[in-house]
Amino acid sequence: MLPQTDSNRGVYPQRRSAMSAKRSASRRDFLKECFSGAALLRASGTMGLLAPVQQAALPAKSKVVIARDELLRGTGSTVDSRRMLSLLDRAMQTLFDRDHAIEAWSKLVRPGETVGLKVNTLGGRGLSSNLQLVEAICERLQEAGTKAGDIVVWDRDSNELEHSGFHLSTGASGVQCFGTDRVDYEPELVTHGSVGSRLSRILTQRCNVLINVPVLKDHDGAGVTIAMKNMYGVIHNPNKYHPNGCNPYIADLNMLPEIRSRMRLTICDATTAQYEGGPAFKPEYSWRHNALIVSQDPVALDYTGWQIIERKRAEKGLKTLQAEGRAPHYIATAADAGHQLGTNDPSRITVAEA
Amino acid sequence: MDHELDVQGNVNRRSFLKCALASGAALGVGEFPASLAAAPLPGGAQKQDDAQFTVEAKFYQKLQNKKVKCKLCPRECTVGDRERGYCGVRENRGGTYYSLVHSRVCAAHVDPVEKKPLFHYLPGTVAFSLATAGCNVNCKFCQNWDISQSRPEQVPADFIPPRRVAELAKQYGCPTIAYTYSEPVVFSEFLMDAADAGHAAGIRSIVVSNGYMQQESLKAAYGKMDAVKIDLKSFTESYYKDVVTGQLKPVLDSLVTLRKMDKWTEIVYLVVPTLNDDDAGFQGLARWIKTNLGLDVPLHFTQFHPEYLLKNLPITPVPTLERAKAIADSEGLHYVYIGNVPGHPAQNTYCPKCHKMLVERVGFTASKNLIRKDSCPFCQHPIPGIWHT
Repeated sequence: MLPQTDSNRGVYPQRRSAMSAKRSASRRDFLKECFSGAALLRASGTMGLLAPVQQAALPAKSKVVIARDELLRGTGSTVDSRRMLSLLDRAMQTLFDRDHAIEAWSKLVRPGETVGLKVNTLGGRGLSSNLQLVEAICERLQEAGTKAGDIVVWDRDSNELEHSGFHLSTGASGVQCFGTDRVDYEPELVTHGSVGSRLSRILTQRCNVLINVPVLKDHDGAGVTIAMKNMYGVIHNPNKYHPNGCNPYIADLNMLPEIRSRMRLTICDATTAQYEGGPAFKPEYSWRHNALIVSQDPVALDYTGWQIIERKRAEKGLKTLQAEGRAPHYIATAADAGHQLGTNDPSRITVAEA
Repeated sequence: MDHELDVQGNVNRRSFLKCALASGAALGVGEFPASLAAAPLPGGAQKQDDAQFTVEAKFYQKLQNKKVKCKLCPRECTVGDRERGYCGVRENRGGTYYSLVHSRVCAAHVDPVEKKPLFHYLPGTVAFSLATAGCNVNCKFCQNWDISQSRPEQVPADFIPPRRVAELAKQYGCPTIAYTYSEPVVFSEFLMDAADAGHAAGIRSIVVSNGYMQQESLKAAYGKMDAVKIDLKSFTESYYKDVVTGQLKPVLDSLVTLRKMDKWTEIVYLVVPTLNDDDAGFQGLARWIKTNLGLDVPLHFTQFHPEYLLKNLPITPVPTLERAKAIADSEGLHYVYIGNVPGHPAQNTYCPKCHKMLVERVGFTASKNLIRKDSCPFCQHPIPGIWHT
């Protein structure tokens, strides 16, 4: 980088990437258009808003729900949509202590709010946020009163979304699905601590509510990449924040008000997880965990996910991440007094099996 | 095609000039142009054909598990499959490391060479100046952060292969190609090829760089340069760590190596109020230059303007710059300049022996150059530099 001398250079005229004008006519069409898997459409829920939606305020104890279904894929390799929906329902009902899934969703999102599902598609088809899971979330959101057009499934790059099996959709009425490359990043920097970045306009202009849908996996720098690290896909310069095991960058990034104020829930896809060689997909190090990990506390969720990865590493005879010199110290940073994004204290985390 | 530079074939002079001037940096106009921000495109970045910009990196090592270790700069990023290095412009794809910015020009401009600044290298000429996205550090004061701290796909760019760069330079009457604006370290492969193409066409190459490189890559890449300007951002490691996100020692090593390579080198030191403006730092810097590079290396103390992540600090007071110059002068350095201060007499070049003015500069233009046969016309003292094409 240069000092402030040779600063002027030609600037190309602004060009726009026209977004497709394709429109989705209905919820049913949306499911066909946005996702490759078969979709289950249910009657829209008529449940009213039972309680005011609350921001993800941290309770004294954080709850992390692990929902598993050994038969999630039946006898095949593809996740069964019906079973996924059922698994998601169990997870949400357990997290929110509700008898019906729609009640849980209604506690989370108000009709009229715009909801962004931040998926993770770096790992391609092998290790990205599961399509059936995203379908299920979209379905329940709509049944809880969110219009299809108020939902956007997104990641940083449209190509990566497509390579992971998502169908891009930018129609006004259906669920939206596209990458930040279609709308760019905000021109102004936002800063917190060590982080200074431009935020995706999908986050800032298309979402009131953020639901984080990451994948449970190993990361060669951070140790693990689960909930909080997935926010690297929200900024324009993630490459600047990988030194020192991504610490304190991950914690600082999640402190940005634009992220923190929108974040309501993390639904971690652990249907296929990876214990080594991440974040890229390495089939030899991945396993079918057939689980979802759900929490409103991203720190507790990351801590819990980390323990799952460590157990799998031990089972496979691998060293701990600590022994490998890449323990996820960012988790403790996120929990410290300067961040308070959640808790990493196991005595303050209730892990509920669903 | 709506690109300002018709880079595929015929030069569209009107378009090019429009491009060059759109920034407000009209050639020969404006003593200190307003800072530029290559505004991101509100409608989204253009779609670019990544394949045409992608070449295998020259400086890296393959590791196990499809990882690579970058050997371009001292950071030595270990990069996993599908990931990028700190610079954001090099990507590991299946265990092979690629530069994504070869011929991927995101900024192009015809600049006075004085704006680099190079004061002892072909004064009064213009340089065909270009950049790609990316940087291997993250200076909190960067004035070009919108391209230096972006990934290539986030910045509009044109495909301008090396031979075309040389053609354009020639077409616009530039005796030099300047690699500048962002950080040329990160586009070394392109820079090397463009320098070769330029030399084949009789065009020289100059680079404006932080010098934060490994020795081997420095020798290979900057060995092809005809002149080098290094930004020595401070004389303390703590400043490099906290403000630059780099290290001082490798930069000093680069300067010594460039000296040994006999490359014409000038140094710029941006003086940032409260952060690197203490007397001890100025003195240490001047003494180090005197001992390791000699008295004749031009040193430019330039004025800071609040930018990027350092908007809370004021513009460097001119007396601070004058104090820095006085300290360096007192250590015996022959050519100490003050930059970014329009009309300041320390923009001119004076003979260190008879003290007469030899090169007068107005803004970024050398309005008078009295040097003849590389010497002072008044006392015949040799004046180091490359003074005439």
